[in-house]
Amino acid sequence: MKRIKYLFITAIALMVFATGTAKAEKDTGIDVAEIVFGHIEDSYEWHITDIGGKPLRIPLPVIVKSSTGWHVFSSARLENGAEYEGLYIASEGANAKKIVERDASGNEVLPLDISITKNVLALFINSAILLIVMLSCARWYKRHEVSKGAPKGGVGMIEATVLYIYEDVIKASVGAQYQRYAPYLLTAFFFILENNLMGLLPFFPGGANVTGNIAITVVLALFTFVLTNVTGSREYWKDIFWPEVPTWLKAPVPLMPLIEFIGVFTKPFTLAMRLFANLMAGHAGILSIVCVIFITAQLGAGICAPMSLIAVIFGIFLNALEVLVAFIQAYVFTLLSAIFIGMAHPKAEIEKK
Amino acid sequence: MGLLTPNPGLLFWMVICFGVVFFLLAKFGFPVIINAVDKRKKYIDSSLEAARQANEQLQQVKTEAEKLMAEARAQQAAMLKEASATRDRIISDARGRAREEAQKALDETRHQIEAEKESAINDIRRQVAVLSVDVAEKILRKELSKDKEQLEFVNRMIAEVESSGKITESE
Repeated sequence: MKRIKYLFITAIALMVFATGTAKAEKDTGIDVAEIVFGHIEDSYEWHITDIGGKPLRIPLPVIVKSSTGWHVFSSARLENGAEYEGLYIASEGANAKKIVERDASGNEVLPLDISITKNVLALFINSAILLIVMLSCARWYKRHEVSKGAPKGGVGMIEATVLYIYEDVIKASVGAQYQRYAPYLLTAFFFILENNLMGLLPFFPGGANVTGNIAITVVLALFTFVLTNVTGSREYWKDIFWPEVPTWLKAPVPLMPLIEFIGVFTKPFTLAMRLFANLMAGHAGILSIVCVIFITAQLGAGICAPMSLIAVIFGIFLNALEVLVAFIQAYVFTLLSAIFIGMAHPKAEIEKK
Repeated sequence: MGLLTPNPGLLFWMVICFGVVFFLLAKFGFPVIINAVDKRKKYIDSSLEAARQANEQLQQVKTEAEKLMAEARAQQAAMLKEASATRDRIISDARGRAREEAQKALDETRHQIEAEKESAINDIRRQVAVLSVDVAEKILRKELSKDKEQLEFVNRMIAEVESSGKITESE
């Protein structure tokens, strides 16, 4: 895990500035990996900024079921490695940065942990924003007669986006039963888009790396997986276990069925990985570029000024790119989900033709 | 926390969050928007259809109006023509009748003049006859006052009668 981190940081460092600067980071005491991964990873508190060396952070509720039962308390009690009710945040090892307790033999073990972490809070905030935006849009339609024309402004923008996904992605990819799957696919699209965009905001309540967290993307992919396979038609399953290939490919050694069956799982897996990797890398990239300014700050104005300029320009470029990526990844996730669902209804498609 | 190991707590909250968002949006969000857009689409279609029909009707009304106008104009022209013909006829009739009347009056006048003339001539003739008889009487009376003259006269008369008889015979 650590090696990947360092590889990643080094790659970005090489991309932007000379190796000499990378060496400097060890001397100056700025730990880029700590900054970047501290942001990318989840945490029990929401660290907003440092004011005069003092960190400004929002402590979040910890909800843990340990061997001694349920524990609910503020994460402020666990600051700086403090122990509370037998629980503390592990500083190293496999469970580093997670709340652990010690079992009878003194080993660190993970309790059942459903704390409201930074990502969970961001998830709540983003979900609330998404619900408010969408439901107020829906209310607009209830309040306006059809004859009064199309909405303008924000509602019009949402409508255009909804229709774009509905007509061009869902209708085109799912097939005959597209109306049945439209709510899920639209929800997935807007959920991902909203979380992506909120993650790009550099300050509270944005900035959390929600969609760049594997847990989030895994759940999204699981929804698609379940929807695809539960509603899949008989022809879909037949194509998996008895595909239209020469017989020696499927019997006696079920080569093709095996490949097809693995494909059932790799499809949602790629969905989860693609979204996670793209968003995580985007966050890491932007943060690394910003870190350049602070690393070069210790090397004197002569180096810092031009490097800062480059970092700012590059940062702007990366941010713009990430806005694009935020949309593209939401779009790709929705499109691929729609295609997978469409593939699970081959008969419906033939009937349509 | 490891980057590639899904955190169970986050998984749990994500399922709840996404589930709630999905449920609410699928029930109250997207269907409302899509239905409204569908309805609007239908409304626009029906409006276009209505506009097309109205246009058609307008066109029809216009052509009808034009037809009516043309008819009216033709009728007007016919009426005018008839009126002028009537006028011409009346005028010519009146002219003819006036001429007839005039002719009649002229004829009557002529007849009257003729009759007057006749009567005047007759009158004159009678007067002349009376005058001549009177003159003859006076002359005769004077002449016949003497026997000789009376005789002469008788003779002359006889001679006159004879000569006139000869003339008649010779004729």
